[in-house]
Amino acid sequence: MKKSLLAAALISMGALSPHTALADITVAIAGPMSGQYASAGDQIRRGATMALADINGRGGVLGERVRLEVGDDACDPKQAVSVANTMVNKNIAFMHGHWCSSSTIPASDVYAESDILVATVSTNPQVTARGLPNVFRIMGSDDQQGSIAGGYVAKHFQGKKVAVVDDKSAYGKGLADEMAKGMQAGGLEPTLRESITAGEKDYSGLINKMKQAGVEVMAYGGYHTEVALLLRQAEAAGLKLTVMGGDTMTNAELVTAAGPAADQVFFTFSPDARKNPDAASVVESFRTAGIEPEGYVLYAYAAMELFEQVATAAKSTEYAAMEKVMRNGKFNTVIGELSFDDKGNLAVPGFVVYRWQGGQYDYAQ
Amino acid sequence: MAFALQQLINGLTLGSMYGLIAIGYTMVYGIIGMINFAHGDIFMVSAFIAVTSFTLLAAAGVSSVPLALIFVLVVAIFFTAAYGWAVERTAYRPLRGSTRLAPLISAIGMSIFLQNAVQLTQGARVKPVPPMIEGGLVLWDNPGFSVQLGWSQLLIILVTISLMFGFRWMLVHTSFGRQQRACEQDRTMAGLLGINVDRTISLTFMIGAALAAVAGVMVTVYYGVVDFFIGFLVGIKAFTAAVLGGIGSLPGAMLGGLLIGLIEAFWSAYLWAEYKDVATFGILCLVLILRPSGLLGHPEVEKV
Repeated sequence: MKKSLLAAALISMGALSPHTALADITVAIAGPMSGQYASAGDQIRRGATMALADINGRGGVLGERVRLEVGDDACDPKQAVSVANTMVNKNIAFMHGHWCSSSTIPASDVYAESDILVATVSTNPQVTARGLPNVFRIMGSDDQQGSIAGGYVAKHFQGKKVAVVDDKSAYGKGLADEMAKGMQAGGLEPTLRESITAGEKDYSGLINKMKQAGVEVMAYGGYHTEVALLLRQAEAAGLKLTVMGGDTMTNAELVTAAGPAADQVFFTFSPDARKNPDAASVVESFRTAGIEPEGYVLYAYAAMELFEQVATAAKSTEYAAMEKVMRNGKFNTVIGELSFDDKGNLAVPGFVVYRWQGGQYDYAQ
Repeated sequence: MAFALQQLINGLTLGSMYGLIAIGYTMVYGIIGMINFAHGDIFMVSAFIAVTSFTLLAAAGVSSVPLALIFVLVVAIFFTAAYGWAVERTAYRPLRGSTRLAPLISAIGMSIFLQNAVQLTQGARVKPVPPMIEGGLVLWDNPGFSVQLGWSQLLIILVTISLMFGFRWMLVHTSFGRQQRACEQDRTMAGLLGINVDRTISLTFMIGAALAAVAGVMVTVYYGVVDFFIGFLVGIKAFTAAVLGGIGSLPGAMLGGLLIGLIEAFWSAYLWAEYKDVATFGILCLVLILRPSGLLGHPEVEKV
């Protein structure tokens, strides 16, 4: 039995090897394939694998097969740089990654030196703000989501008192500052501006301050754990608090820890690509394969489509030609039409406001 | 006024929890003269035991909150006391009689070990518990700002007060209390008089751990979020409380805990919330400079 299994394995390996031997174009993904955020890495891998299977099924790119390399940075910046160096040695034409901003920032320097095109989903503004010509972001950035969140608050909670609170982290403070700016642009001046220490458990002081000031809405930059604590303690103090947060609020732990109060949480996140009618057939094929195309799956799929269209339009996988096409073109992908500004950010930032309702989140009205 | 009253309630709740943990530090210091730096992590372990038992109870279909609470308290006290005993037995007893620094380093090692063990077995992510005790009393219905005392806050304050009195009674009136005080005064002499010193020390660790377990269950119920790192900050604050009240003194530990809770509550309400730890530790520095033995502590007299 064992022998026959081994034989089967050898035969199937032999059957696979001609594919790899034929492959002339190599593209790569990189992200946390192991560690705490491995579920995100898994989504990226599934999306990219499916996309390349479809692309190769259509006859590949420029008549050649495309092969995938996978790099695991575990969201560790040091490991990300060594992954980047490995990928450069493998002569990749295109990189979709990395996932954590703290990994993408140092790794993108390596790709820039070696003229490799990067399309990432990392949201920190610094990813594209450093003037690297090779880095493009296929998702919105934290300053964009901050201004959309702030605008929403100004529009829907006009006349109410709003507190802007952050957790002093780079992500949280940046997001809170942008939300405050967005509110001011919408003609709503925040009543309070406060910071808390993440990891603390007791926020009753801040809750009381907000209660005293008559605050009804809190715009929060930070992670979901603190929001759950703040909501619980506000509830206990008899303060009905509505929260506007960022993409970290998608975590379902928020609902478990905050209970029904989580229904008061609004947040910004990229549009649900599964609702895009043009993506229906791709979504269907993922589901047939037993993969729910959630989170970053369709982003990885779109990144590979982006590469296909850019290389086809440039008639080459040379960096200079592709970079020019990427910067000036418009591309149709499963996550919608993509085009980029001078910095490499999405020209039309795709962020929408969601709201938790009974343990599920959906577009807010 | 209403605002200040509300902060007073919040500060007392927080302070009660610090006080319960601080007793563990102060008792151990009193009897063997070392700081048990793993005590904060014992508290963290108890919070995890509480989360696990709440989950098990929910799976078993127990929906009565008072019943669940009592059961979880008993389970947490039992297992955490076992942890306290094991920590003393493995990390401190073999080092008794060696230099003063050895058990201290061993305590820090034990603290790191416990943190990592929980991180590995339970994961690094936070463990949420759904809200259990909701609602409370409206003490003062002021227009615009009503003063509220949550049932869980009331529970924490009441449990702490009754534990304090029960504990004091035990130390003064029971035979274990007398043995404990005897060991505190002079271990060799107590041993010569037929007191089982090792057993008394073990029991002291177990009682300290049991009190930390009560605090752990309270934190789980009140805040509803637990992770492997919560013992660190709370442990440092409770240690500060013990030093502030005068290390070695039981009423001092409670007083120190309440003071720290109140300082944090009022500082974050009237000044900058982000600097409240600066205030807490700043006041600790001042007390140590002006009154090195703490508020209620007695200066140590070196016997010749």
